[in-house]
Amino acid sequence: MAEVALLEVSKSYGTVEAVRDLSLSIAHGEFVVLLGPTGAGKTTTLRLIAGLERPDRGNVLIQGRVVTDEVPAERDVAFVFQQYSLYPHLTVYDNLAFPLRSPARRMNENVVRRRVQQVAELLHIEHKLGNRATALSGGEMQRVAIGRALVREPAVYLMDEPLSSLDAKLRAELRLELKRIQRELGTTILYVTHDQIEAMTMADRIGVMSEGVLIQLGTPREIYERPNSAYVASRLGTPAINLIPAELLGADAVPPQVRTVGLRTEHIRISSVDRPGPLARVHWVEHLGDQNHVHLKLDTHSLVTLADPVQPLKAGDQVSLEFTEPLYFDQAGNRVAADAFRGHA
Amino acid sequence: MAEIKLESVAKTFGTFAAVKGVTFTVDHGSFFVILGPSGCGKTTTLRMIAGLELPTAGRILLDGKDVTARRASARDIAFVFQLFALYPHMNVRQNIGFPLRCQNYARAEIRQSVEETARLLRIDHLLERRVGGLSGGDRQRVALGRAIVRRPKAFLMDEPLGALDSEFRRLMCGELRELHDRIDATTVYITHDQLEAMAMADRIAIMNQGRVEQIGTPQEIYDRPSSMFVADFIGAPPMSFIGVQAALQRGDRSIRIDGVAIEMPEVFEDRAEGKFALGVRPENVSFADASPLRGRVIGAEYLGTTQIVTVITASGQLKARLPSGKTVRIDESVGLALRPDRLSLFDAMSGRALPSALYAGGSRG
Repeated sequence: MAEVALLEVSKSYGTVEAVRDLSLSIAHGEFVVLLGPTGAGKTTTLRLIAGLERPDRGNVLIQGRVVTDEVPAERDVAFVFQQYSLYPHLTVYDNLAFPLRSPARRMNENVVRRRVQQVAELLHIEHKLGNRATALSGGEMQRVAIGRALVREPAVYLMDEPLSSLDAKLRAELRLELKRIQRELGTTILYVTHDQIEAMTMADRIGVMSEGVLIQLGTPREIYERPNSAYVASRLGTPAINLIPAELLGADAVPPQVRTVGLRTEHIRISSVDRPGPLARVHWVEHLGDQNHVHLKLDTHSLVTLADPVQPLKAGDQVSLEFTEPLYFDQAGNRVAADAFRGHA
Repeated sequence: MAEIKLESVAKTFGTFAAVKGVTFTVDHGSFFVILGPSGCGKTTTLRMIAGLELPTAGRILLDGKDVTARRASARDIAFVFQLFALYPHMNVRQNIGFPLRCQNYARAEIRQSVEETARLLRIDHLLERRVGGLSGGDRQRVALGRAIVRRPKAFLMDEPLGALDSEFRRLMCGELRELHDRIDATTVYITHDQLEAMAMADRIAIMNQGRVEQIGTPQEIYDRPSSMFVADFIGAPPMSFIGVQAALQRGDRSIRIDGVAIEMPEVFEDRAEGKFALGVRPENVSFADASPLRGRVIGAEYLGTTQIVTVITASGQLKARLPSGKTVRIDESVGLALRPDRLSLFDAMSGRALPSALYAGGSRG
């Protein structure tokens, strides 16, 4: 049984369709990440599950129960927002204990203490329990905010970019920690972000959204290696996939319906001009520390690929290109399977 | 264009020393990034350059003139904040022209400057539009337009892209840098995002606890970090460190880790027996079955093009960046090869890098 299921859910604000016919089911213990730019409908989806918004059409199920008409408190969910909101006058301990002391729960104080202690250890903030919430660093505050959700044991945790207000450094650390905690506790998480690295490293499955529609749902590897559209292909990968018009490769190099060819950096081989293949010119080499990006000009089109450190390239060099695993897309941007057409590229 | 010079600038708030004697020069026309974690003093430094804070000690020179005590409005510097505030009731033209109207420029002059600025930012087709209906990117461009329309001597930017989508941020990085080059500006830009810094900067100053840790080009800072703090702050994932107990002699070209001699750049200093840390970046670690340096795989993060594999050795954890096509099994025992000419050695107590052939050498080709 799925922990959470959305069945053809739609939600509009005025004339804007924020979420359109969205169906999604999240298994118990699964970490699902919704990835998309601002305005894709990710946050609205979370709010629909939490009960902060009511769908215009469709149903929301939590543990098999239709909750569409229930208020947030009746649904068994915990929400972590982007901006942590802690009670500044309370200690870390009391902030963590707060959700357990709600009159609706009437939890024994010993049980509360045990639970708070457990979560604090998990988040490595047990030594800060006596501190005022305001006497913490940003990373610690966000940990307390996540902890406040974790002390409860809801069916699902809904997280809306919980790491995006943190330093890049801290974000990378908490990313790993959150994944570890989720694995240890076997919790179910629906997590929203526009950061592809967060999605790739934490998700069991990624749902790529655009303009209110769930475009593709799959494991990080599926989404990266077998994107169903040019849009999905361009959401993942650094540097981003190169999308070039098919005619640049020659009419018989690709299946007839193909309009765009997607080339990831690892599928572009650069060799000297005496080798067969399309010719390109090195435009410039960009040093980014761990990666050196080569900007190539293929006819008038720009390609970006990773530089091989043992292959010294400089601006102005002529090179020959070989494309090992191109992805094909049709006029509408949908993927065209390469299986029907092998051996040409 | 302007040259900005800070000489031992310090700032104390009550008993808290936010900036502790910072010295650097931003050359005419350069793009200078101050990078550091929150609380490192970068915003305070920028606010002192702008004249929004007065230093407790030191001097600030703008084109050779001491402006330390001058008011912000007398410095001819434009400040771009993290969150842009546009006037919602005005159209794009009025928003961009606002700073000029405030200074009572002639109508014709305002018109010309605004149109020039809009062309520069490629938003000239939007001039009569209300800002309310614009996309995030175009709003950002309008805000930039308002900053550059006065053609100040220098631009100071406080994480102007911090509030944007990661993907859009990348795009705006390119645009900002290009704009900087086109208008021949001097820019001081602060951020905690190392990718932004690496992508845009001519030079980067890394700050930590009110002090400048290192100043250099992005590649210098990445390849030859002067301290463990810098090595750890730059790079995603950062440099890995292996703890070593050793005595060093000038001319040494290897160091023993877990009884295995590891080749490294020639050391230029004698050091008594002590604790050191050998630093290696993930892309300089590879698997080599025959290597006597052994470790156990404890994690692998799939990133598409590559994967980051974490290996635990007797002396510490290492991260390796490997092609994602390589099959890696958790708990498997692997041999590790470290690229000898790319290793840094740090004094584990002070955290400072030891002088070596790597640090003395010129930049990498």
